[in-house]
Amino acid sequence: MNTRIIYTTLLCFLLPFIGFNQGSILIKNGTILTVTKGTLQNADIFMENGKITDIGKNLKAPVGTKTVDATGMFVMPGIIDAHSHIAIDAVNEATSPNTADVNVGDALNPLDVAIYRALAGGVTISHAMHGSANAIGGQCETIKHRYGVVNPEELRMVGAPRTIKFALGENPVRVHGEGNKISPATRMGVEQVFRQAFSEAKLYMKAWDEYKKGLILNSPMYNRRLETIADILKGNIIIHCHSYRADEILMLMNVLKDFGIEKICFQHVNEGFKVAPELAAFGASASVFSDWWAYKFEVYYSTAYNAAILTRNGVVTSINSDSDELIRHLYLEAAKTQRYGDLNDDEALALITINPAKQLGIDHRVGSIEIGKEGDIAIFDKHPLSVYTIPQMTIVDGIIRFDINNDAPDMRLDVNPEDKFASDYLEEALLKEDNCLQGVSEWLLQSDHASYLRFIYSQRHSH
Amino acid sequence: MLYKIQKFSQVLIFFCVFLTQNMSAQQIKKAVSGPFLLKNGTVHSVTNGNFIADILIQGDKIVSVGKNIVTPSNTQEIDCTGKHIYPGFIDGGTRLGLAEIESISVTNDFHELGDFIPHMKALTAINPNSVSIPVTRVNGVTTVFSKPERSTFPGTGALIDLFGYTPEQMYAGAEGVMMTFPSTGRRGRFDRRSDEDIKKDSEKAMQKINDIWTKAKLYATIDSALAVEKKPKSSYNPQMDALLPVVRKEAKLFIEVNKKDDIELAVKWVKENGIRAVFTGVAEGSRVTSLLKENNIEVITGPVLRVPGRGSAPFDESYRNASEMVKAGILVAIRTNDAENVRNLPFNAAYAASFGLGIEEALKCITINPAKIFGVDKTYGSIEQGKTANLFISNGDPFELKTRIEYLFIRGWNVPMESRHTLLYDEFIERNPGK
Repeated sequence: MNTRIIYTTLLCFLLPFIGFNQGSILIKNGTILTVTKGTLQNADIFMENGKITDIGKNLKAPVGTKTVDATGMFVMPGIIDAHSHIAIDAVNEATSPNTADVNVGDALNPLDVAIYRALAGGVTISHAMHGSANAIGGQCETIKHRYGVVNPEELRMVGAPRTIKFALGENPVRVHGEGNKISPATRMGVEQVFRQAFSEAKLYMKAWDEYKKGLILNSPMYNRRLETIADILKGNIIIHCHSYRADEILMLMNVLKDFGIEKICFQHVNEGFKVAPELAAFGASASVFSDWWAYKFEVYYSTAYNAAILTRNGVVTSINSDSDELIRHLYLEAAKTQRYGDLNDDEALALITINPAKQLGIDHRVGSIEIGKEGDIAIFDKHPLSVYTIPQMTIVDGIIRFDINNDAPDMRLDVNPEDKFASDYLEEALLKEDNCLQGVSEWLLQSDHASYLRFIYSQRHSH
Repeated sequence: MLYKIQKFSQVLIFFCVFLTQNMSAQQIKKAVSGPFLLKNGTVHSVTNGNFIADILIQGDKIVSVGKNIVTPSNTQEIDCTGKHIYPGFIDGGTRLGLAEIESISVTNDFHELGDFIPHMKALTAINPNSVSIPVTRVNGVTTVFSKPERSTFPGTGALIDLFGYTPEQMYAGAEGVMMTFPSTGRRGRFDRRSDEDIKKDSEKAMQKINDIWTKAKLYATIDSALAVEKKPKSSYNPQMDALLPVVRKEAKLFIEVNKKDDIELAVKWVKENGIRAVFTGVAEGSRVTSLLKENNIEVITGPVLRVPGRGSAPFDESYRNASEMVKAGILVAIRTNDAENVRNLPFNAAYAASFGLGIEEALKCITINPAKIFGVDKTYGSIEQGKTANLFISNGDPFELKTRIEYLFIRGWNVPMESRHTLLYDEFIERNPGK
């Protein structure tokens, strides 16, 4: 009885959100690139209350349903970015090599105009990630681009699996070893951060287990950091690990094997191509840049053919942005795998749809155009892998969030006419392609590493 | 004894084979020189339309474009039936050859210390062996302007061809003094200076460049007087010497300026000082097109793939920027302003093409237009008889991602389409040993 009251009350609270954020719409007569089930010519898609309920020819919708004529257009699943830092007010909690207790989901910013600009590039979902300052960073949040909402809660993709950011190599080593003079200062030290965290979390779990069985009298001290690591050990959190070099990728896989952890997506993973067979054997996935390289030493021996080599070796691969700029044209980034590695259209489109969905554990809900999936759709005037294509309309949960024919020049939500310091220029820092180390430089300002700081500031790329 | 020699030579041969095998993994294949006859391709001349013709390359020049060309006996023929021939792309602003690994400061040579150092020459520091150079070539980029940046007068940039073993071999005949125009307005919402402070800071910044220019003019006057009287200079002043051609209007000044207000100030400044100006960056040029046109300002804009600088700007402002300026009649070139990813130049042009510019005009922005701006359009920027043989052969539209660039020529050299990226692909697409 009590549970029923709780559920009813909860439903009452949730209903308005469900109502506002899910719509019905009929798309008529487009070329539908389903990604998983081939291409349909002159076909319709009907979305009802945010879900795809029908795909076929000459579909009829109830009178009054919003209808979009997609004649001559290409309709694809909403693009998914498995690595971004838009729509959050904080990126790095760079205070310890392990900050598993923090969550960027607590810093969501629905007013960020970058969300709209991503929508204008067909992106409906992004993975708002913690930065790469710490070997074990904070937990991340999978968000839907419902630009227009002002309540941060409404950005969340409710039900998406929990994820956490890990980081290997130069960034954690620079921030903590060089910056703070604490371990890790090398890739050896980075390994031990993981081994220590997992080992301590096992002891923590054991202590709670014994307490619950009545074997010990006093309860262990509650520790949110260890709770999170314990959840990774239990398989409840997917690791997304910033990584570049082949050796460090192998290192982490070895650590995970020792602790029985299976869910891992390597991020950036510029040298993934060197250990593609090992990644495939482990079942690890890879989320890569299309062509970024040489901005730091650990990406000097890179190749733009990375995504193609990984795909050919059977690794589930996605292409991500990690940038306010690239997120606006991930379809171009995916198309680059056709110049660099000859991927076919379906393979290239999978890199920005179903594959990132798999990496985020949401592929049963989004990432392809199938009946029963959520109504996240991007419509283009030409084939999305043509360099000349222009996104026309982006739909999230059956609601049009971007329409090129109804696009006001100023799409900000947070204009304050009383701010006498008002300037609509974005900060120079934001204009730089961001930004796995965002927030770190300001934080180091307070320490005495001015030279390092100037160096960080001088960076164009800080991934 | 004979046995020993045999043994020794066996060892020697073994080592030679061993060494060459190892070396070959590290090196790009050598370029081959002509004459070459490119037969029956669709020529995208840029300046004289598109047509099917043969092209004879001899030495470093395109010696003939047409049909039934008489060729030397040692000519190598390349059948271009169904293929497309374009002039090499020119990037109007990069750090290529000056920046190797951007996070490692000792590998970066594009910013010397000092605020007034126009005499610092990019050409001196160009690294012909930069790993990024072959990576850039594979997308059809044959020529770039590499430049110093950051300070107010950071140095002199140089136009280089992306092939050669010394900077001198690469030099493509144009240099340009760079300037970064002071950015004086409010920098963003976290810039909490009062309006008065902003005004003061702005006046101070303008005062600084005005002082430099007043001195430069005076220096030029004295220099001319000394020349007339055939007297030697009394002091060593390389900074002022570097500015002489600009002050005398013999050379253009390349001014980096992006925001609308700054562009307006910069136009006023070059007008007052009678400077032949090329504006670079010009991210908000679309907001001041008529001002730029009226004052005959030439523009090198980009990257096109850039986040608009204002939160209030339309999402496609950067995509449309070049198009708006071209439509206003301004001479526009497109740049990437990149180092390791200058290879994205054609895709920057393609985005401008889609958002209003059109493919033909976009192509001009990375061929003949930069050639005109740098004053080398007699030898670069199109496929015409007598021009430098910088061109490539593709199996389709070179802006499209599915297209392959199959051959690339720089100064008549057939340069292999190999780079670190292709070599790593060849090695790892099927790794041996595998798992």
